[in-house]
Amino acid sequence: MTTGGSMYSAAEHGLHDKAEVAEAVPLWRRMLRMRETGLIIIILALFIGMSFASPYFLTWANIRAMSMAFAVDGLLVIGMTILLISGGIDLSVGSVTALAMVIAGWLFLNAGVDPWIASLISIATCTGIGATMGFFVTRVGLHHFIVSLAVMVIARGACLLGTGGRPLGLYTLPPEFKFIGQGAIGPIPIVIIIFFVAVIAFDFMLRRTTMFRRVFYTGSNEKAATYSGINTKKVIFLTTTLCSTLCGIAGIIYMARFGSAQPTFGVGLELTVIAAAVIGGASLNGGSGTILGAILGVILLSVVSSSLALLDVSVYWQDIIRGSILLAAVTIDHLLNKKRS
Amino acid sequence: MTPPVLLQISNLSKSFGPVRALKGVDFDLRKGEIHAIAGENGAGKSTLMNIIDGILRPDSGEIRLDGAPVRISSPAVAQRMGIGLVHQEIALCPDVSVAENIFMAATNASRSFLMDYKALNRKAAEVLRQLSDIEAATMVRDLPISKQQLVEIAKALTLDCRILILDEPTAALTEAEAQLLFGIMRRLADQGISIIYISHRMVEIFDNCDRVSVFRDGTHVVTHDVGDITPSDVVNAMVGREISELYPPKQAEGDKTGEVMLAVRGLSDANRFHDVSFDLRRGEILGVAGLIGAGRSEIVKGICRLEGEVSGSITLNGDPLDTRTYSESIAKGVVYLSEDRKGDGVFLDLPIDANVSALRLGQVARRFGLIDAELEAGQAEQLGRKLNLKCGSLADPVSSLSGGNQQKVALAKMLSVNPQLIFLDEPTRGVDVGAKSEIHRILRDLANDGVGIVVISSELPELIGLCDRVMVVREGTISGEVSGADMTEENMMHLASVTGVQEETA
Repeated sequence: MTTGGSMYSAAEHGLHDKAEVAEAVPLWRRMLRMRETGLIIIILALFIGMSFASPYFLTWANIRAMSMAFAVDGLLVIGMTILLISGGIDLSVGSVTALAMVIAGWLFLNAGVDPWIASLISIATCTGIGATMGFFVTRVGLHHFIVSLAVMVIARGACLLGTGGRPLGLYTLPPEFKFIGQGAIGPIPIVIIIFFVAVIAFDFMLRRTTMFRRVFYTGSNEKAATYSGINTKKVIFLTTTLCSTLCGIAGIIYMARFGSAQPTFGVGLELTVIAAAVIGGASLNGGSGTILGAILGVILLSVVSSSLALLDVSVYWQDIIRGSILLAAVTIDHLLNKKRS
Repeated sequence: MTPPVLLQISNLSKSFGPVRALKGVDFDLRKGEIHAIAGENGAGKSTLMNIIDGILRPDSGEIRLDGAPVRISSPAVAQRMGIGLVHQEIALCPDVSVAENIFMAATNASRSFLMDYKALNRKAAEVLRQLSDIEAATMVRDLPISKQQLVEIAKALTLDCRILILDEPTAALTEAEAQLLFGIMRRLADQGISIIYISHRMVEIFDNCDRVSVFRDGTHVVTHDVGDITPSDVVNAMVGREISELYPPKQAEGDKTGEVMLAVRGLSDANRFHDVSFDLRRGEILGVAGLIGAGRSEIVKGICRLEGEVSGSITLNGDPLDTRTYSESIAKGVVYLSEDRKGDGVFLDLPIDANVSALRLGQVARRFGLIDAELEAGQAEQLGRKLNLKCGSLADPVSSLSGGNQQKVALAKMLSVNPQLIFLDEPTRGVDVGAKSEIHRILRDLANDGVGIVVISSELPELIGLCDRVMVVREGTISGEVSGADMTEENMMHLASVTGVQEETA
């Protein structure tokens, strides 16, 4: 309003002597900064502890291996975090990533399609899969959980059907294609560069753009968002589609890295990805989460895996420990939140 | 003879972190009395009630029941002591029947393996008969809010209470339902049950209660027999100052240009309202009265294109308002303030400033759609100051505010787009007296500035005090309109509830 600005000032109305409206940094940034700080401290503590426990831990080779492990999964975590913020969830990320590999690999191997073109077709197919899920969620009105569960099974089936269950060895992939998965600029692998660019870009966009602010509104309270004129169905459709598209891109990078298309890749990956996002502060109820937090979550899980391997802990124990970390992280977070409010 | 004191509270204190919600409160409840508690939101009423019901534990002080000191450590303990609390907010399971909801506690305590639905429905029907015509087997989700509120009350009636606490039970009830409730309250009191009745409405307190206690800022201010005190004394004690005029002055005769701002003609939707025609003139506040479920909200949501397909014509300032979605309506400066503040009015978990900016993010963004935190905080600060918003930091989540301040955030959200036309659905529901009169003044000033204001309210005195003209909705269409001296509760109730055949010609 342009007029009457002083009409309701505290003094004139005589109601409240101290109607204070303080200036401050947005709360989510302050609070999430706290969580991110906590995660960084835990990761650093692990680094310090492990560097004493194992001489190999702080070697360049090990750090590089760890980074490679979380870098591509990081793309999936970005997509999942944004989807979680909008109030959705996607269980199909592991099998859609595998399907992306299989489609591109099959086109290259059996139809002689140029690997770059095959990759684009494959990523577009994943976008289509996401759009289909988005359709079922927003238009038909089904729940994300159920739709993505169905797609998880279907995509895995398609992987096995297309390959007969055996990995497709792509020995003839041109080196410039393999470069995106295996190459490096100086000492830094391309995969890690892609990862950092994606993290910085999405983190910035999520914090600053009006487009992604609508994702927060939608996930925080879909009805209130509708009552603010926001097309929440469109928002959910787009976050669902984005998540699957990132699966497509991750699948292609994995294919370039492995030099093969593996139909059984990423079984159970969805749980790691969801765990990382949740450890990093995303809420399954929607409306909260940051990319930086989620990435720290995936780094934490990856460092833990690597540490356990170096300490010669049995693989079977590793799953038990990772699950316990997830439970501990969300419990601590929940208790802290309760204390705060 | 004064009846004996049943519940005696002395020097009770409770703090939440640095906030002292109760500062050494004294309170006594006599056997068989209806004791009203009045106070603005944040006065400590709810904290006290939650302590009596065992939900919260006091930091210090003493509670005596029948003269003996007691510790009420949980709601279950309170229930065993015969204390029942009906919360203001409805807490029913929507997917099970009314009967099952009413007897939830009994079912939980029951030792039998199978549910005896027949007995359950019969017993529920007995309780419900005295309140309403609700079928015991109906699913709660199929009931309108007012009926759900009655189910909550029925639930409390089945507990063998000696003390029944009712927290603003009439907020969602129609006049007739409220009267029924008062009858029941009196009957219970005559049986020796003590009732604590929390309400913002002076008329209810003075018509139905025996004594009234006023709370302010965590202290007990005064307790009186209602015969010894006037409503304005109570209001003054609540706010700690004189409120000379509860309502702002109406539009002056000389300012009435008669210029039609909004003209609605023959508006209908699929089934909830039909053939609605009315005008809104510049500078006036138009009220909308009607029973809950008559279609009041549906009509204004239809005009805003919030839900449903509508037919008919709408003209705003001479131009047809041919928007198709609510976001187009917002773009044209037509906004709707929801009646369900927590459900769809605000984003409770998000910061205050992010709430205020939600309708038109572009206003706080710079190039490439990047949100500028300073612009966003500045917008919230400016509107917050204008609305006298009381908050710690603009970065706090809206859930940290009192009801009145939450409503101001919702209102700031509307004002952020410089609206031409605001529809407000129950704008002061659950808002304390001070904030309520502030909101009324804000609305009047907006109207004076040329903003079109349409207010839906179930509180007839509010419509009479605030509006220049009131139209009454009945069964999905407008049954009449009143203005000036004709704006009486009787006239409006008549238009709202009398059916077609008996209708008199205006």
